[in-house]
Amino acid sequence: MSTNNVETFYDDYVIRRFSVMAVVWGVVGMLLGVIVAAQLAFPELNLGLPWTSFGRLRPLHTNAVIFAFGGCALFATSYYVVQRTSQTKLAFPLLARYTFWGYQAVIIAAAISLPLGYTQGKEYAELEWPIDLLLLVVWVMYAIVFFGTIAQRKIKHIYVANWFYGAFIIVVAILHIVNSAAIPAEWMKSYSAYAGVQDAMVQWWYGHNAVGFFLTAGFLGMMYYFVPKQAERPIYSYRLSIVHFWGLIFTYMWAGSHHLHYTALPDWTQSVGMVLSLILLAPSWGGMINGMMTMSGAWHKLRDDPILRFLIVSLSFYGMSTFEGPMMAIKTVNALSHYTDWTVGHVHSGALGWVGFISMGSLYFLVPRLWGVKQMYSKKAIELHFWLATIGVVLYITAMWISGVTAGLMWRAMNDDGTLTYTFVESVKAMHPFYVIRMIGGLMYVSGMIIMLWNVIKTVQMGQATRARIPSTVVHA
Amino acid sequence: MDIIDLRSIATVAALVTFVGIWVWAWSGRHKKDFDEAAKLPLEGDEE
Repeated sequence: MSTNNVETFYDDYVIRRFSVMAVVWGVVGMLLGVIVAAQLAFPELNLGLPWTSFGRLRPLHTNAVIFAFGGCALFATSYYVVQRTSQTKLAFPLLARYTFWGYQAVIIAAAISLPLGYTQGKEYAELEWPIDLLLLVVWVMYAIVFFGTIAQRKIKHIYVANWFYGAFIIVVAILHIVNSAAIPAEWMKSYSAYAGVQDAMVQWWYGHNAVGFFLTAGFLGMMYYFVPKQAERPIYSYRLSIVHFWGLIFTYMWAGSHHLHYTALPDWTQSVGMVLSLILLAPSWGGMINGMMTMSGAWHKLRDDPILRFLIVSLSFYGMSTFEGPMMAIKTVNALSHYTDWTVGHVHSGALGWVGFISMGSLYFLVPRLWGVKQMYSKKAIELHFWLATIGVVLYITAMWISGVTAGLMWRAMNDDGTLTYTFVESVKAMHPFYVIRMIGGLMYVSGMIIMLWNVIKTVQMGQATRARIPSTVVHA
Repeated sequence: MDIIDLRSIATVAALVTFVGIWVWAWSGRHKKDFDEAAKLPLEGDEE
């Protein structure tokens, strides 16, 4: 065995920073979500100021939760997982530090520019071109660090979690470059490189693959490491992991046009999107079943392990939202659901339920280990967080289902003479109580996150940054 | 041969590749390797 040679330790410096920032941005982003939810219920809360209007705060919320919270969690876990499953330390440690500061700079730039009204007007890709370029540089550095680490791995096989993280990194780069292509007109103002329906198709090719590769592939990478780790048993079926990985890769790319049903997009393109979205159910459920079945024979662990419960409940929400998604992609269903709150509920069942829960579970696993303590400061607080978050999500989703279906039905209701039964404002009135319930659900969800932040701070104060030793193993297949 | 033919070929090639991966993964030959690979997360650190 070796001595205190630096070569024998994992490099967790940047992981500690990304983990804490994931929790901090989680609180900020979810709080913004509650604010915009409250504005929808009580419009006066926009304060009559342009900087605090719904149109500017809503993209700030989506960017903060997806890219700041989700992104930091993905950086942290991918750097952790790729080292552990390759049994080597992070390649280019200095570059890894730059990815941290660079990514935080992008987040800060978003937090300043979006309220000021700078936007490219593309959903989930609002940031103007100078910030886009900065993000591109950060992302290339990320790819170099991640794939550099894989290149110097001490284990012959590349573990499936790294395949998912790798696909996430590569595809997000492609999506970002293609969709953000724009002609700069001046500092912080640009025009899309595409026009008309092509622009819409590029946008939703981007948008849906952001769901598929940022919010799915990346977090499945987490799932494939942290579920086996916390359950202390290997993944249920390794070959299923391979097949559903490639299933997702081959299918997701085609599904984006379901966002443009009944628009100027050619009909056949809409139908292709619908059919491929339906097929997508299979690889999605492949992943969900693989994670769930890992628990077989160990279900009792859920009873007293709140971290495992976070991970497993996230898989149930993943299964639920990936069933709902294909159904909503069916054109006749979409005719009812589109432009209603049903879509919002669907997105949040995936975002709060799947992405949120799997990140929280993984971070609760990581934080004690990164600071050299046995477990989180308070297990009771994790329990409380779990229940607040679960009830919060369920309130949120059910409120949006009812609100969405109600509005959808009211919009299409017609009198015998062909006139509309309801005016638009009547549907808004019908939605109001559910907007209040949604706000309460969101409030519960962010309360859980604030408890998590407190718990993380306490844990960090209790422990100290420790160096984890790379096990001295012989190279095996 | 026009662009539609090329696209059709690419689509069929993608499907065949995917089915090929499926057959490859399910053929019993790799069972031992897969079992070892599945243990990787449990071996990455000293606890």
